[in-house]
Amino acid sequence: MSGVLSREWLLSETPASRAHAAWVRRYRGWLQFRTNGLAMVGLVTVAIMIVASLAAPLLALQNPSAQDLAGRLAPPSAAHWFGTDELGRDIYSRILFGGRVTLGMVVSVVLLVAPLGLAVGSVAGYLGGMADRVLMRVTDVFLAFPRLVLALAFVAALKPGITSAIIAIALTAWPPYARLARADTLTVRSSDFIAAVRLAGAGSGRIILRHIVPLCLSSVIVRVTLDMSGIILTAAALGFLGMGAQPPMPEWGTMIASSRAFILDQWWVPTIPGIAIFVASLAFNLLGDGMRDVLDPRQR
Amino acid sequence: MLTRRNLLAASAATMAAPAVPTGAHAATPKGVAVMVKQIDDIVSFDPAESYEFTNNEVDANCYRRLVRPDAEDSTKIAGDLAETYDVSPDGLTFTFRLRHDAKFESGNPVTANDAAFSLHRVVKLNKTPGFIITQFGFNADNVEKMVRALDDYTLEIKLPQAQATSFVLYCLTANVGSVVDKATVLANQTNGDLGNGWMKTHSAGAGPYKLTSWQASDHVIADANPNSVEKGVMSRVVIRHVADPSAQLLTLQKGDADIARDLGADQLKTIAGNKSLTVNASPQGTSMYIAMNQSMAELAKPQVHQAIKWAIDYDAIANNITPDTWSVCQAFLPNALPGALKDNPFRKDIAKAKQLLADAGLPDGFAVSMDYISHSPDGDIAQAIQADLAAVGIKVQLLPGEQKQVITKTRARQHQLAMLVWGTDYFDPNSNAQAWCENPDDSDASKLKILAWRSHFVDKELTAESQAAVRELDPAKRIALYQTMQRQFMERAPFAMLLQKNAVAVLGKGVSGFHVGPMPDYTKYAQITKA
Amino acid sequence: MLAGSFASIPLTLFGLTLVTFLIGRVMPIDPVIAIAGDHAPPDVIAAVREQLGLDKPLFVQFWIYLLNLLHGDLGRSVMTSHPVTADIAQFFPATLELATTAMIIAIVVGIPLGVIAAERQGSRFDHVVRVVSLAGQSVPVFVLGLVCLLVFYVKLGIAPGTGQLDVAYEGLVPRVTGMLVLDAAIAGDWDSFWDALAHLAQPALVLAYFSMAYITRMTRAFMIESLAGEYIITARAKGLSASRILWRHAFGNIAVRLVTVLALAYAGLLEGAVITETVFSWPGLGLYLTVSLLNADMNAVLGATLVVGLVYLVLNLLADVLYRLLDPRVA
Repeated sequence: MSGVLSREWLLSETPASRAHAAWVRRYRGWLQFRTNGLAMVGLVTVAIMIVASLAAPLLALQNPSAQDLAGRLAPPSAAHWFGTDELGRDIYSRILFGGRVTLGMVVSVVLLVAPLGLAVGSVAGYLGGMADRVLMRVTDVFLAFPRLVLALAFVAALKPGITSAIIAIALTAWPPYARLARADTLTVRSSDFIAAVRLAGAGSGRIILRHIVPLCLSSVIVRVTLDMSGIILTAAALGFLGMGAQPPMPEWGTMIASSRAFILDQWWVPTIPGIAIFVASLAFNLLGDGMRDVLDPRQR
Repeated sequence: MLTRRNLLAASAATMAAPAVPTGAHAATPKGVAVMVKQIDDIVSFDPAESYEFTNNEVDANCYRRLVRPDAEDSTKIAGDLAETYDVSPDGLTFTFRLRHDAKFESGNPVTANDAAFSLHRVVKLNKTPGFIITQFGFNADNVEKMVRALDDYTLEIKLPQAQATSFVLYCLTANVGSVVDKATVLANQTNGDLGNGWMKTHSAGAGPYKLTSWQASDHVIADANPNSVEKGVMSRVVIRHVADPSAQLLTLQKGDADIARDLGADQLKTIAGNKSLTVNASPQGTSMYIAMNQSMAELAKPQVHQAIKWAIDYDAIANNITPDTWSVCQAFLPNALPGALKDNPFRKDIAKAKQLLADAGLPDGFAVSMDYISHSPDGDIAQAIQADLAAVGIKVQLLPGEQKQVITKTRARQHQLAMLVWGTDYFDPNSNAQAWCENPDDSDASKLKILAWRSHFVDKELTAESQAAVRELDPAKRIALYQTMQRQFMERAPFAMLLQKNAVAVLGKGVSGFHVGPMPDYTKYAQITKA
Repeated sequence: MLAGSFASIPLTLFGLTLVTFLIGRVMPIDPVIAIAGDHAPPDVIAAVREQLGLDKPLFVQFWIYLLNLLHGDLGRSVMTSHPVTADIAQFFPATLELATTAMIIAIVVGIPLGVIAAERQGSRFDHVVRVVSLAGQSVPVFVLGLVCLLVFYVKLGIAPGTGQLDVAYEGLVPRVTGMLVLDAAIAGDWDSFWDALAHLAQPALVLAYFSMAYITRMTRAFMIESLAGEYIITARAKGLSASRILWRHAFGNIAVRLVTVLALAYAGLLEGAVITETVFSWPGLGLYLTVSLLNADMNAVLGATLVVGLVYLVLNLLADVLYRLLDPRVA
């Protein structure tokens, strides 16, 4: 009998329980993922970003809010690895803390969006009829807006700031999840095992929550990872237009907005946060691509 | 509506066809001055309605007024369309004798009837800048009797009550005092609007230029007025909207523009030493300040006002963040205005500030929020102030916002601290004195809701002094009154006056003859010359 | 089902109008300030408020707005003093010009890249194409735009600056379609034509890169599937030339599905135009929308959003319908 979580156990052709089968599936997926070089690069980069953000206070050289008006716009040096910005703050430290802000925003958005989309989509798909039509109509209204424009309008209405930006992005990002969940629900709604559970007396709520939602999860997860890059870009765009995180918060898009004027002679000040946004976005894209290839190749 | 077709016709008519450069971007055409400026503040070009910077400035070149500040000494008033003027000894009656040779762009001669009509119109329309004229006591019922043309070239203005003479005259030099072409305006009237709808996008004046086209947030084009007595050197002035100061500098350096108007301290540093560019700076009647809303208990304590004033490092901000563009001014009259008190007693003194806070019963400081407008350089200045106040124990939470949003909030009196900018409405101390000192009625129904009201600042002595100063006929006494008021203001008002603006115009190679006036109403294009 | 989809447009538009209207009224900016300014005395403020109808209850205001909307009246913009419909007619063509040019570039470059990458799947060429497309979907538009301006305009001097035209050519081209390049060609004004084209190049290329990234990825993905199909093996067995197989058969198979992708890509371009117009001072609808949002110019915001929303809606719907019609695998 092989030990739990040993390689043999994970590759077993005859799983002993549902949990074992799930682990086998996951391990196989991981092996497949591992063969994709670009996806691994994405994974490693994302991992580094997460670690760097969490460890920001340890890795930063200076307090990201410490101003030094006399030493502003200094080029990269030993003391300031990425130079200083327009108020003399260390850019390297601000990038690290900015990573926290960015990742925090992304996580918040995802935590808002995925449950909401899942809920709306699975309920609409399962119940059908009038509930479906109404919910899909609401989804369509939100889909009808270009995401950035709607986010802009929401933030303008609420008040520029990081909370408003998160809510605004979430409000514009949830419709595709609803649609995905609904599509998945429709596929399984008429299947035998659902009928069996219903015959056994389970109510709609229980069916949706315990049986349908888990089946929608994989496409939602893929979509989330693919979406993360878009969320990062939208958050940065809002920051750039002055509607997202506000100074002195070190959000990368906001940093570009406040230093945009210096691109001619102190090009590093706006460009380095730009590179950070690019790297983060690219990493999530690579990761998402890899995950999609493993979990849900149908999705584009 | 202006179409590009009209434009083609107009440009063909006014310019002997300049050689249009082919291929890559060459210098701007001869005879055309190109200015890059932020022009998204324009709402209307009707002088009875216009109040923002860019439109006031363009109007200043399309219209002439009865009087203007003397070119050599801006504390004196010289005649513009009026050759001479008299004031009765009791200060109630003003008589203007107009020159006979001035003509409007339509070719109609400028008469006293036009001058009277222009002022009647301002009062009857009662738009935003109308108060500059109605504050003398005019309204729709009495203005036609009080302001009338005695004959074709004589205009009489009678005041219901005595006001300081220079005050009245300076108000008439403002954009709202522009003389418009009565015939043209009435010919374009719809529904009795006295031509307001048409005048939003057209000019009908006697100035050296006329408004040819305006595309919002894109460009303004003014062409030479062939019927004007005063001739401009350039036959066309194009103002292009470029929002970003660094983009403005770029355009200037590449020769795609002749004058850049909004360069900031950082751009100026970049071009320091560049001999082909000329930098002309002019002090403005614009102030940056911090308002402290008295509705907040901590801010209502007088020692706290002074503590904040003694905590800020004014010099560091002016020297590091805004060299050349904003300079320290701690009085409510910027240096450019008559009556200015050029004294800056406050400087950063942490010990003193902390002592004052302790005297107020707040030795550990307190927490407060500060609203400010989130564009450059305000954002940087706000963060510097946050750091300065933190050093004495006052923890400031910064609340940036877009300009109109911050204004909405402070007008609704919902701010705690607010860092704002105020431009004087006309070139007389009364504008700022009234704004900062007068609050006769602190209720929501007050008829005067300017800066003192917005921060619940009630000071009966300052209010009375300001109201008396505007009626003082003796010029020397009047100046003395304002000096006293400014000192009292420094000692007890809940406003920390920080900086005054220096408008900088950077002229490209070979360009000369342009200075920004102390107010946009006085900025002239007629002398712009290109080598 | 088709009829149902198209019939849902008015309903969705109504929802759009309602949401935007509410946003406009909730904004923490007093629209009266945009018109009267901060220095206006209280009586002028009250007069303007009444003039704008802002003293009436919210649903009355919305009702009035809807009624006007049905008459084609989108109100007057505070910023420009013109009717919003006139403003949109003024600004929309510029966005159209930008988006369409970007689209054409993206298609001409992106589709062949995707096809060839699929054919040479796994090769170095394929890898490069994949990374370049992924990069295109990861870089923020405004950073790319700023960097391009920095490199090509400032340092190298080969591209012109921001805006649609050099000042020298301002106002010379009579307006026919509103798209400067087209109008200049129609008028035969070749100097203006080249200048307009030069100014169009940078923003269009920047936008095109993003679209191209998406189009290339989708083309490649579709082509890989298509090339694995059995009939391809048959065609090869029959001895048809490689390029004929590639283009006529494999590509021909997916061409219609690709149209769906193109519709979505074009919709995405409209969104990208908002930021690109800001960076390059391109006088299009995106810039109009952003500026009017910041000025709380409600009529302008509502009008522009409705137009953008309508276009977006139609394109999405088109893509949706085509996808369902043409992909037999989807229920």
